[in-house]
Amino acid sequence: MRHAGNRLGRYGLSLAVALLIWQAIVSLSAVPPFILPGPLRVGSALWSNASLLWQNALWSAGNLALGLAIGLFLGVETALLLAMSRRARWLLRPVLVAAQSVPIFALAPVLTLWLGYGMPSKVVTIALVTYFPIASALFDQLMALPRGLRDLAQLSGAQRLRETFLLRLPYALPGLMSGLRLAVVYGPLAVLIGEWVGSSRGLGHLMLLANGRGQTDLMFASLIVLALLSLGLWKGVDTLARWVGGGG
Amino acid sequence: MTAPALHISGRLEGPAGPLIAQFDATFAAGQWNVLLGPSGVGKTSLLRLIADLPCAARLTGEITATDGAALAPRVAMMAQDDQLLPWADALANVVIGARLRGARPDLQRGRALLAEVGLAAQAQRRPAQLSAGQRQRVILARTLYEDRPIVLLDEPFSALDVLTRHHMQDLAARLLAGRTVVLITHDPAEAARLAHHAWIATQAGIVPCSLPSSLPPRAAEAEETLAAQAILSRELKRCATQVPA
Repeated sequence: MRHAGNRLGRYGLSLAVALLIWQAIVSLSAVPPFILPGPLRVGSALWSNASLLWQNALWSAGNLALGLAIGLFLGVETALLLAMSRRARWLLRPVLVAAQSVPIFALAPVLTLWLGYGMPSKVVTIALVTYFPIASALFDQLMALPRGLRDLAQLSGAQRLRETFLLRLPYALPGLMSGLRLAVVYGPLAVLIGEWVGSSRGLGHLMLLANGRGQTDLMFASLIVLALLSLGLWKGVDTLARWVGGGG
Repeated sequence: MTAPALHISGRLEGPAGPLIAQFDATFAAGQWNVLLGPSGVGKTSLLRLIADLPCAARLTGEITATDGAALAPRVAMMAQDDQLLPWADALANVVIGARLRGARPDLQRGRALLAEVGLAAQAQRRPAQLSAGQRQRVILARTLYEDRPIVLLDEPFSALDVLTRHHMQDLAARLLAGRTVVLITHDPAEAARLAHHAWIATQAGIVPCSLPSSLPPRAAEAEETLAAQAILSRELKRCATQVPA
């Protein structure tokens, strides 16, 4: 625990130094605040817009959670289906590979065109962006079962379904976790893109709005809230991955 | 459970060319049959073909049990490593075969077998918390749990240190008695200790070797074991230098 305390102190210290330098640059150079607000100004914008930020953050976070859940569910299903059926691999894998070379982010305008400016287009964008890394990381690991365990399944007379759920899936959990790690890095980006393309709510929308009105301090405040959201999510997945990988 | 004898004959070809030109051997029922040979000669391929496991080599010939019944469902196999589930404890690893078949695992029997291989206290440990020798004993307990009349051993003891290896050899000889065992190894000392019958596999074929008349397992330090080991080493060396044109 002392170790963790030290680390927290170290992070706090380096953050404080960075903020101090930032404030010093702003104070000494007399940059106008609509170009670069100092941390004090951003802090006060955070404070005075707390309820506005909170409401929009809640909406973005809700979309992120839902999109991530859908991406995770479909990604796991796809990987299992591909691992279990040779025919599905033959049919779907080229499509998956091709889809991965399309930058999914670029689909956001089309999705907004089809699904409107509300929640659905945001959730679908997030789900699509998180789906591919999860599906491909899990699938690769499902197919990487060592020979000794494949032999064990065959010698025991295991059917494909039992082999998959008793051997392949537990063996592939670390792969699922690395896919999930990527997904939570891309997820918040998808939130931003989705809302930038067109939205009347959310942190991304607030950033555009603040930017347009020259409220650069509010834009920075939104950015900080989004960063905290991503960090919390990443930390959660990281803890889960350690727990899974470390064997409990 | 009556253990059948195994008859193998034919020609073994690998993806890169012929491995064993021509062979015809019968592995004795209920005894330890040891196949010695240099690495890369195709010993493991033969074993995998007996177990009907995927294998790069191709056999032109046949592998049959002398009682005429199908082989594959009566075979258990022990290899060097990577046969244990890293996320499961020793007990779960012993009974995994039952779960894979969709049967109810007999945990009491699993525990009894772990006790028999000397791991009663380690039933809750995961493979990473066990020594190499202990991991092999878990695999031995699993093999016993499967209770198959034919047991194939693919150099299961070669990665162990000498004392652990001798201990494992004694344990395996005692617990697998009465089954038709086929052990492949590159270690003449192991063959001299454990074999009722021994063969040397080379590119030319599979030839029987002479062994002491006493029954295995033979003491590692005994005069006759050492003499047999010397003879087997010499034979192995002679066969290895004799590369067919």
